[in-house]
Amino acid sequence: MKRKKIIDRQIERRDFASGGEVSSKLKKLLRKLGVNNKDIRRTSIITYELEMNLIIHSEGGRLKAFVTPKSITIFSEDKGPGIENVDKAFEPGYSTASDEIREMGFGAGMGLNNVKRFSDDLEVESEVGEYTKLKATINLNQ
Amino acid sequence: MKLKDIIDKLELEGVHENKELLELDIKKACGADLMSDVLAFSDAKTMLITGLTNPQVIRTAEMIGIKVIIFVRGKSPVEDTVKLAKENNISLYQTEKPMFQTCGILYNLGLKPEKMVKIE
Repeated sequence: MKRKKIIDRQIERRDFASGGEVSSKLKKLLRKLGVNNKDIRRTSIITYELEMNLIIHSEGGRLKAFVTPKSITIFSEDKGPGIENVDKAFEPGYSTASDEIREMGFGAGMGLNNVKRFSDDLEVESEVGEYTKLKATINLNQ
Repeated sequence: MKLKDIIDKLELEGVHENKELLELDIKKACGADLMSDVLAFSDAKTMLITGLTNPQVIRTAEMIGIKVIIFVRGKSPVEDTVKLAKENNISLYQTEKPMFQTCGILYNLGLKPEKMVKIE
């Protein structure tokens, strides 16, 4: 099936000022494409959590989104530092975020959990000191 | 309950008011300072009561379709937050009241809590 890339953006470490810009752009694009509200909503939540994760936790990375008539796929890929214990990172409430991050309303240990909750399929691959890759798939309800 | 009546009962001060929303019927609200909780728990098109004032609050609201935000504990949002709210047609209000009191008044007025949504 024909897959179209609609987002491909670099996300910089600690660039809080731009946090959410990519998710906002994606949301508008999906609306233009006529995707239903429910799927736009969950795609937005997933993308926003991944975008903030890149800003908060990574050394910088890329966020990409692809669409087909049947699904949306979000890719997040960063240059480290990698996740030591992936299972633990998905536990609700588990967080390695600093107080500074928590004061901004993030780092409560719900981010990856939200990504999983709203995805139909989620693949995570991480190597400590190297990278983290996530692929979230949202199947579109026609 | 209409937003204009909520403004009246809570004696809210407008920070950025989108007049078109004054007649909006608000049935549910969500009170939280954790943005990931708002994303996980919040239903679409409702009102958020929060003590957080940074631009990420607006981004969070934008993602899930929240149209009205009340800042509690006398907090004023920073300029970037107001600017982003304007761009997204989101109304901002503030009150000196703490979160618990604000939510309590709204609950007494008949507003309902949101269900945690799991989209199947």
